[in-house]
Amino acid sequence: MEQFIEWISQPWPWYVAGPLIGLTVPILLLVGNKSFGISSSLRHVCAMCVPANIPFFKYDWKKEMWNIVFVVGVLLGGFVATTFFSNPDIIVVAESTQRDLAALGITDYSKLLPVEIFSWENLLTGKGLLFFVIGGFLVGFGTRYAGGCTSGHAIMGISSLQWPSLVATIFFMIGGFLMTHVLLEPLMKMVGF
Amino acid sequence: MKVEEKVKNIDPVECEAPNMQANSDGLLKYLIIGILFGAVFVKAEIISWFRIQEMFRLQSFFMYGVIGSAIVVGLVSIQLIKKFNIKTMKGETVNIPKKEFRKGQIIGGFIFGLGWALTGACPGPLFAQIGSGFSVILVTLLSAIAGTWVYGRFSDKLPN
Repeated sequence: MEQFIEWISQPWPWYVAGPLIGLTVPILLLVGNKSFGISSSLRHVCAMCVPANIPFFKYDWKKEMWNIVFVVGVLLGGFVATTFFSNPDIIVVAESTQRDLAALGITDYSKLLPVEIFSWENLLTGKGLLFFVIGGFLVGFGTRYAGGCTSGHAIMGISSLQWPSLVATIFFMIGGFLMTHVLLEPLMKMVGF
Repeated sequence: MKVEEKVKNIDPVECEAPNMQANSDGLLKYLIIGILFGAVFVKAEIISWFRIQEMFRLQSFFMYGVIGSAIVVGLVSIQLIKKFNIKTMKGETVNIPKKEFRKGQIIGGFIFGLGWALTGACPGPLFAQIGSGFSVILVTLLSAIAGTWVYGRFSDKLPN
């Protein structure tokens, strides 16, 4: 048992994690004829809590409860894996990434997210505004405008050979490259890194 | 009646709410699938901001391997389901809604990409990050819900 815990506590390689994530596609299809997608849950929350008579949020969200339950499961899964099988060592990323991030003032690899950015102390500062408020807003606005996220488009859409999803995925990557290589450094300097 | 028709017309992509036909029975199984899925996210460090930085800096194959192999497994499974006409547990034919192309996939996709590199998370990992104890990500999630709402509010005024 101890050995099992030790084995399962190691970070999993991509060729284990990727296929497991891919299996979610047929599992959801066969279990309940559901198309894999996560960002829709944000729309269902809006429809449930603040529909405000907006046509986009006027639909029977009760029929989409499975999607809300699924993301609650994802949250619980994060808790279970972190609490019971978490990797005790620091996270190891490529040396070149470590160098690039050190230049931006990010050097703490003790957790999966850099505590220099993702902590409550930063909430009411420019750092919090940039990474939590603006970052979150872009994710929510962008995924809904695109009609899906990495799960709905990149994985479910491309798996089912739908070219609009490939277009969406290409533009996800273009946005990410632009932010990482061009905008991130000046923005981080602006908020005090 | 009028309202319903309006909703149909304004609904830009079927994939946004693809499962209208199903009833909300047997939700527990989705909770379990979600838990397993969220655990994989954490165990493979996919929820890590560092991994997303590595990916966008093209300094590691890791995330490309994860997403690429997930697509291959999804693609092969869907082909098998179609070839052997495998039915769902309830005996229904598997239905995958078609995604229509529109400008949103370009503009919205680009906007999401900007946010993905900042937060280090797409919507799935956001939930797993909160579960992993990063409670401050609740703020990011609320902001993402706000972003979704603002899109919904102005969707008819945006190029689509």
